[in-house]
Amino acid sequence: MVDALPPGSAGGGILTFPGPLADPGLTVAMHMSDGLVNAPTAAVFGLVAAIGLAISASRARSDLDERTAPMAGLVTAFVFAVQMINFPILPGASGHLLGGALVAILVGPWVGSLCIAIVLVVQALLFADGGLTALGTNITNMALVGTFTGFAVAYALRRFTTRSRGALLTVSFVAALINTVAASLAFVFEYAVGGAGGAGLGTVFSLMVGLHVLVGIGEGIITAATVGAVAAVRPDLVYLLRGTRPAVTLRTPGEATR
Amino acid sequence: MNALRSRFLLGFLLAALVIAGGLSYLASPDPDGLDSVALHGCTVSETAGGEQLDGTCIAQNAIESHTVGSPLADYAVGGREGTTGLAGIAGVLVTALVAGLLFRLLSRSGRRRRAGSSPGER
Repeated sequence: MVDALPPGSAGGGILTFPGPLADPGLTVAMHMSDGLVNAPTAAVFGLVAAIGLAISASRARSDLDERTAPMAGLVTAFVFAVQMINFPILPGASGHLLGGALVAILVGPWVGSLCIAIVLVVQALLFADGGLTALGTNITNMALVGTFTGFAVAYALRRFTTRSRGALLTVSFVAALINTVAASLAFVFEYAVGGAGGAGLGTVFSLMVGLHVLVGIGEGIITAATVGAVAAVRPDLVYLLRGTRPAVTLRTPGEATR
Repeated sequence: MNALRSRFLLGFLLAALVIAGGLSYLASPDPDGLDSVALHGCTVSETAGGEQLDGTCIAQNAIESHTVGSPLADYAVGGREGTTGLAGIAGVLVTALVAGLLFRLLSRSGRRRRAGSSPGER
């Protein structure tokens, strides 16, 4: 029913979000477009992203082998797919998976940050989603800040994950929720450094964090469900669980001999 | 063992394809968290030259993507309505290919480094 309203006319609620973009002619954007921050800021975060990814690529080499490399490729494709599913969070506003905690738990933070960066590059180049000059900020927020925050939280809570399946799901949920809020804070920081719009920083801060707590709940549910599904079938492919239960999954005689 | 692994990976790929190709039609059309905040304070109106933003908001000086002419722009094939699923499937395959190649390359370079630089260790 909301779809019947012309674009821009649905802002009747208390929160004046622009409302459903029912017109297919309007751009579908999930990530920062060009011109949200000024050129010097975009360049600085382009550099931050490049350095971060170079370090990740170097460290990722020791996490990748013939068993984990195909898994990492498919995790990347999976994140691309799930990012397409915008879920409603408020009237006129939706959210979607960022994926940082999910990839960090499944393939580790080094490989994981590369997964998210690949998704962002494919989206910017092929799907016109996220600006080219905004790639640095988008990669910094979601691939670096989101992934490493998500991993830090999951790693700090790792000892609980061996207790029960529910504990693993809870840890995944919490890591994902915090990864989403951290990524939104990174955007607020970039806007504070060199925002190109006229919106006040206080408003931007409270709206970004407020909305991304809600997005984070969705992110947490998707992350917990996915980690739970993978852990149920192949716990040995879950990076976070490596070393926690090696006797069960990794060193059975049949597997060790290949 | 190998068969089990391939079956698992195949299942993972299938899940991604089903989500991007089918479930994507159920996605909310509303702007996402960032977009909502970026447009907060502005009114969006459509003009002959594209979207126009009036007012004071984060996105008031936003620029249209340079790749808007891409055949898959806005998650549609050639801008045609109802092709989200097809665009999504293409995206999943491209992403899997790019990521698969990159990670294979990195894993090989890692193996060479381990084999080459530390023959005496361990």
